[in-house]
Amino acid sequence: MSKGVLYDATKCIGCRACQVACKQWNELPAETTTNSGTYENPPRMSAYTFTKINFTELEHNGKFQWVFNKQQCMHCQEPGCAEACIVGALVKTEEGPVTYDEGKCIGCRYCMVACPFGIPNFEWDKPLPWIRKCTFCADRQGAGLKPACVTTCPTGALKFGNRDELIAEARRRIAEHPGTYVNHIYGENEVGGTSWLYLSPVPFEEIGFPTLPSAPVTINAERAMAAVPPVLVGVAAAMAGIYWLVQRQQKIGQKAGEEEKQKEKVK
Amino acid sequence: MRQLRQSLPTGTFILGCLVILGLIPMVLRYINGLGAISNLSDGRPWGFWISFDLYCGVALAAGGFTLAGVVYIFGREKYHSVARPAILTAFLGYLLVILALLVDLGQPWYIWHAIIYWNIHSPLFEVAICVMTYTAVLALEFSPAVFERLSELNLPVIRRFNWRIPLRVIRAIQIPLVIAGIALSTLHQSSLGTMLLMMPQSLHPLWYTPVLPLLFLLSAIAVGPAMVIFESTLSNRVFGHELAIDVLSGLGRAIPYILGLYLLLKLVDLLVAGELGLIFTAYPINLLWWTEIIIGVVTPIILLSRPAIRQSRRGVFWSSVLVIFGLVLNRFNVSMLALGMRPGFNYFPHWMEIAISVALVADALLVIWLSYRFLHIAEHEEAVAE
Repeated sequence: MSKGVLYDATKCIGCRACQVACKQWNELPAETTTNSGTYENPPRMSAYTFTKINFTELEHNGKFQWVFNKQQCMHCQEPGCAEACIVGALVKTEEGPVTYDEGKCIGCRYCMVACPFGIPNFEWDKPLPWIRKCTFCADRQGAGLKPACVTTCPTGALKFGNRDELIAEARRRIAEHPGTYVNHIYGENEVGGTSWLYLSPVPFEEIGFPTLPSAPVTINAERAMAAVPPVLVGVAAAMAGIYWLVQRQQKIGQKAGEEEKQKEKVK
Repeated sequence: MRQLRQSLPTGTFILGCLVILGLIPMVLRYINGLGAISNLSDGRPWGFWISFDLYCGVALAAGGFTLAGVVYIFGREKYHSVARPAILTAFLGYLLVILALLVDLGQPWYIWHAIIYWNIHSPLFEVAICVMTYTAVLALEFSPAVFERLSELNLPVIRRFNWRIPLRVIRAIQIPLVIAGIALSTLHQSSLGTMLLMMPQSLHPLWYTPVLPLLFLLSAIAVGPAMVIFESTLSNRVFGHELAIDVLSGLGRAIPYILGLYLLLKLVDLLVAGELGLIFTAYPINLLWWTEIIIGVVTPIILLSRPAIRQSRRGVFWSSVLVIFGLVLNRFNVSMLALGMRPGFNYFPHWMEIAISVALVADALLVIWLSYRFLHIAEHEEAVAE
C-alpha cells in the first residue's frame, strides 16, 4: 500500500518543529543564515535542509491571510528524478518514498534538473558530494514508525496514512468546510500524482506552488526512449543496405566500363 | 619525408599555458568542492560545462560520423582526404566530453557505475552508453593512422612487431565499424534532445517540443560538414595542406538541404503546437530564437545555395562559421538560456568554469597539432597511394 502525508495549511501554526525534527533524525547540520525580516528560516532548502515552512502574507476574499506551507520532496507517483537518474540511484518504492542510493550515484545532477518541484539538492561545498533530499523517513517507515516531521507536528497539520485514504479524508474536509478550503487537493493529480497531498485556504499558486499539469513529466521522454531500439536496428540496416547498393552499382559501372573498352578494342 | 611548414612555437606555448591554467581549478575542486570553482547552485545545477562541453562538444564532433558515412557507406571517394581529420577531431571531441564530465560530475571516480547500474529509462544512460561505445569505435576508426606510422618507424622495440597485422584487422572490420558509428551517433545525438524532454515546465515552449530529438539529430548532421570545412580551412592555414575547392564546395552544397529540412520541421512543429505566435510575443527570449534562426540557419542556407559563394574558399568558410554559431547558440539556448531556473537564483559562469573548458579545448588542439606532426592526417591520400 502506498503511503502518503496530508498537509493541512489551515491547521499549521508555523512552529517549524517539523524542520527541527527533520534535522535531528537525518543528522543534518545547522546553516548560518541572516535575518530575512520574516519568520522563514533558512531562506531556502539545501543539501542540509530537507524541509522548510514557507510563510506567505496575502489578501484573500478581502481578508488578510498568513498562510504556511511545508516544502519537501513530494515523492511523486511517477518521479522525473527516478526516470532521469543514469544509474537508477533514485527509485520510487511501492511503499511510497522515492529513495536514494548513494552507493550508485555518480553526481551528474540530472535529477535536480528533471524535478518539476526543484527538490533534490547538491553538496556544493564538499569534495565528495552527494545528492540530498527528503527521504520520507523510509528508514523509520520500515521500522513501523511515522516520518519524523509527522510525529513531531503538534497540531495534526500533518497526517500520515495510505494515500487513497488520505485523498478521501481531504475530500471530506473540503466538503464539510467548503468556506475554509479551496476546492483543490494539490498532489492528487499534479504530474501524475504525488505521495504528499496539500489542502489550502487560498489558491495554491498564491503560496508558491507551481501550477503543473496532470501528465507526468516523463511522458515525452518515455515515448522517445521507446523509439531507441527500432531506430538502432533501422539505421544499421539502412546503412548496410545503402553500402551494398553503392558497391553493387560501382561494380556494375566498372564492368560496363570494361565491356565498352573491350568493344572498342574489337572495333 | 613529410615537411613541416611551421613548428608553431608561440601557438603551442600559449596552448600549454592555457592547459596549466585549467589545472588550477581542477585541484581546487578536489579540495573545496564544485561550489568553489563554479557559480553552479541548486537553482542552476547544470551550467557552462554541460552546455558547452557536452551539448556543443558532441554536436560539433558530428563531422566524424557524417564524413565516415559519406566516404565509406555512400562511396564518395572524393571526400576521403577529409574523412581522417574529421574522425580525429571527432575522437578528440568525445574524449574532451568525457574529460569535462570528470570535472562536472560529483563523483567522477564512479563514472563506471553507468556501465554496471543500468537505468534503461534514462535518456542520459543511453547517451552515456552510446558516447562510451562510440568513442571506442572512433578510436578504432582512427587507429590505422597510428599503425601506419608505427609500421614505418625504425625504432628498437617497435620495429619487431608487424604493425600491418592490426592494420589489416581494422581494415577488415572498417565497414561494420562505420555502420556502428552512424547508428550510435544517430541515437545519442538525438537522445541529447530527449534528455531535455524531461523538462516540460522549465524549457521555454519556443524550444520544447516532442520532436526535439529529431531536431537535434538534423542540426548535428548539418553542422558535421560545416565543422569539417571550418577545421580543414584552419589546418590549411597552419599546416599548409591545401584542400581542393571541389571538396569544400561539395561539402557546402549539402548543408542547405539539411538546414532547410531542419527549419521546416521547426516551423511546422511550432505551427502544429499553436505556438508560432510566440516568435513575436515571447519578448525578450524570442530574440535568441531569431538570432539562432536568422544568423545560424537562414543566412547559411541562402549563402550556400549560391554557386558563386560555394566556389570561393572564403564564402564556404564563413558560411560554415555561421552554421556553427547557430548550432552553438541553439545548444546554449536549450540547455541554459531558455531553461528556467529555480526561483531566486542567478547564474553566470565563473571564470574557472570557462578556464577548464578552454584548457580542454587547448588539450585537443595540442593533440591535433602533434597528430599532424607525427601521423599521416591530411596527406593521407598520398600515403594510401604509395
